[in-house]
Amino acid sequence: MSKSIVLYLHAHQPWRVKPFSIFQAGQDHSYFNDETENKDTNNRFIIDKVAEKSYLPTNEVLKDLLVNHPNFKISLSITGTLIDQLEQWRPDVLQSFKEIVATGKVEIVAETYYHSLAFFYSRAEFVKQVAKHANKIYEIFGVRPTSFRNTELSYNNDLAYWADEAGYQAIITEGWDPVLGWRSPNYVYRPSYTENIKLLMKNYRLSDDLAFRFSDRNWSEWPLTTEKYCHWLSETEPNGEIVNLFMDYETFGEHQWADTGVFDFLRAFPAEWLKSPDHDFKTITEAARTCEPKDYVDIPQTITWADTERDLTAWLGNPMQHDAILALYSLEELIMESDDPILLEDWRRLQTSDHFYYMCTKWFSDGDVHAYFSPYTSPYDAFRFFMNAYRDVTYRLLEKGLNP
Amino acid sequence: MKVLMLGWELPPHHAGGMGIACYQMCRGLSATGVDIEFILPYTAEFDIPFMKITPAHHQSVDSVRFAGGVYDTKDFAVTKSQSILGELDLRQQHDLYAHNVAKLASAKEFDIIHAHDWLTFKAAMLAKQVTGKPMIAHVHATQYDQSAGGHGNPVVREIEQAALMMADQVFAVSQHTKNVIVREYGINPDKVHVVHNSMDVTCDIDESTNLHKYLELMKANGYKVVVSAGRKTIQKGLTHLLEAARKVVDKNPKVLFLLAGGGEQDDELLSLAAAYGISRNVIFEGWMNGTGKPWRDTFRIADVFVMPSVSEPFGLVALEAIGYGAPVIVSKQSGVGEVLRNCYKVDFWDTDAMADMSLALCERPALARTMWEESYREYQSQSWSKSVDIMRHRYHHAVGASS
Repeated sequence: MSKSIVLYLHAHQPWRVKPFSIFQAGQDHSYFNDETENKDTNNRFIIDKVAEKSYLPTNEVLKDLLVNHPNFKISLSITGTLIDQLEQWRPDVLQSFKEIVATGKVEIVAETYYHSLAFFYSRAEFVKQVAKHANKIYEIFGVRPTSFRNTELSYNNDLAYWADEAGYQAIITEGWDPVLGWRSPNYVYRPSYTENIKLLMKNYRLSDDLAFRFSDRNWSEWPLTTEKYCHWLSETEPNGEIVNLFMDYETFGEHQWADTGVFDFLRAFPAEWLKSPDHDFKTITEAARTCEPKDYVDIPQTITWADTERDLTAWLGNPMQHDAILALYSLEELIMESDDPILLEDWRRLQTSDHFYYMCTKWFSDGDVHAYFSPYTSPYDAFRFFMNAYRDVTYRLLEKGLNP
Repeated sequence: MKVLMLGWELPPHHAGGMGIACYQMCRGLSATGVDIEFILPYTAEFDIPFMKITPAHHQSVDSVRFAGGVYDTKDFAVTKSQSILGELDLRQQHDLYAHNVAKLASAKEFDIIHAHDWLTFKAAMLAKQVTGKPMIAHVHATQYDQSAGGHGNPVVREIEQAALMMADQVFAVSQHTKNVIVREYGINPDKVHVVHNSMDVTCDIDESTNLHKYLELMKANGYKVVVSAGRKTIQKGLTHLLEAARKVVDKNPKVLFLLAGGGEQDDELLSLAAAYGISRNVIFEGWMNGTGKPWRDTFRIADVFVMPSVSEPFGLVALEAIGYGAPVIVSKQSGVGEVLRNCYKVDFWDTDAMADMSLALCERPALARTMWEESYREYQSQSWSKSVDIMRHRYHHAVGASS
């Protein structure tokens, strides 16, 4: 019985809003240009840091693996906001991404350019962002995506229906037990109400062993060796056709630092897995093409890959977050009317889901993760700076005679 | 464990947070079996069943009465047979209290002396001298805080210095205060223990009509009210709040500022508001009894509560404000910021940020609601029990070390 690993990595960086006070609104129209040294709202500083710790060393390992193992393949999504920042500050890093894609064994997955939640607020805007991303991917990498992922693997039946209509062959989401029911994530499925598209669902236990638990010395399985991990991958669901390992690209070097041995693990992993002739790697679209759907999966509610709740509450869980996102999307019509490409770009950069994530107050149960990923001292500061930037956007609209 | 507790005020006669803190911590200690005799500088009727309250006065007089605030001068009257024998100012009363406590102490059985702030420190030192019992100096505020980072009154500073050095152990109401004690008074950090102030929470919902008729009407007409409450003194940083107020009003004239509390800066602040041209937006309220309805209603009317203190050992008032329904902005130079997460924290001098935070809370109800709801959960989880445990542990330590 053959078994394929679908390794999917997601690379993203937002344009963080600098500490922006109401007294700057109307005077300073740049929200993303904090140049303070060593500050977490300095986007260039973060890009440089993550480039050195994660992107460059990981791409180096991946390139070696892709060249040396004919059966090693990966899927990758890279947001427009990250590509733009790399173009501006680190063309060398973008070049390293191009090189791994040029091996022909990396599938690029489609998504919104701005890593936004537009699907839930404006379908028109969502479609424009997906198209903009696809065009950018073609411009940089020369390929056209055939599979789709939405921000934070957020997913519901409507999204699958849209992706099916749009012609994608595969879509991915979280393999969350309450929606899987008796099913296993280790097969390909078909979303309810769709004709052609196939659904791949993350095996979160095995993915998280690597993405979250790898360096945890209190974990009973620490240290995780490639032998042990590959044994688990083979033993889990012996008849399963695929194992979907979906994680942040930044797992390698940023979430798990180099000194945890994560790069050594990555370097040794494909060879260990491929020791068995029944084992291989597939990209998302390959898995969708070669595996028959085992069942329909019906997901009317929105799920994501985040937190214990696997829902959108990390982004839209409190009144502040709703207020901020509704305020932003309420400007859509006027932004389009303004016909101002810079204003449009700023408005879109503000749509990136990370801004709403920083406003999350679920500190008491999921706190650590959120605290780690926020450049602000509190969710209230995140909200304040964001809303002041929003006010400046409305100021710019008013200047053009467009009254929000 | 029997404790001779020396304090200057208890509710309902308290002027600030210390009286409430003393009352609540004694209730918490008493509930765990600590036997407390609380020695006050004045005579009054109390409805406090959990400890013995004794006024420290000379046997030749019946009572020491006071009128107005317990920190004001010429407010203590020594009486015998209902007639006033003489009036005392704070210094005289301070000396008399120390003398009388020493006398009382030599006649009483107890294990440890626990004294709150400089007004009782001289008494504590004398009591330690005559009885040889260990002494704890509990610091709620120092001259350093009260002079906003200056030297303060040299006489008081000397009393603080002597007591902190003589004390077997020092309790500080926050890490902020411990840092001041170590840095400004040169006290060995090993004997200074942080005992965070807390608040015993009552969750009664007050649905009575607010006394602030005018502000109620203004709010109904779209105005927002930013409240600050505390003594009008340099420590409280109100000049910075007025500077922020000017910036707020400039952006949004429908924000009103209510500054509640008496103090020597009254006239200065009034003039400053006028000089800024914002007198229409700033309302001054004088001293209020800290348990009365006007006080409660001052919190209840608030859309935002600001504590802009230059140096605030703890700042219970911020927790009180949350209890009455307001989201809060506290200065980073305060102790309460060490225990409270869901609030804005601002450097007292950063009036741009203070104004920005006030505007955000006034203009985005979703922010105010989220912050307040989250902070109220923190407020409800407040309790003295952790601090009581630390104090009891230290009592045993001090008594063990001295015997």
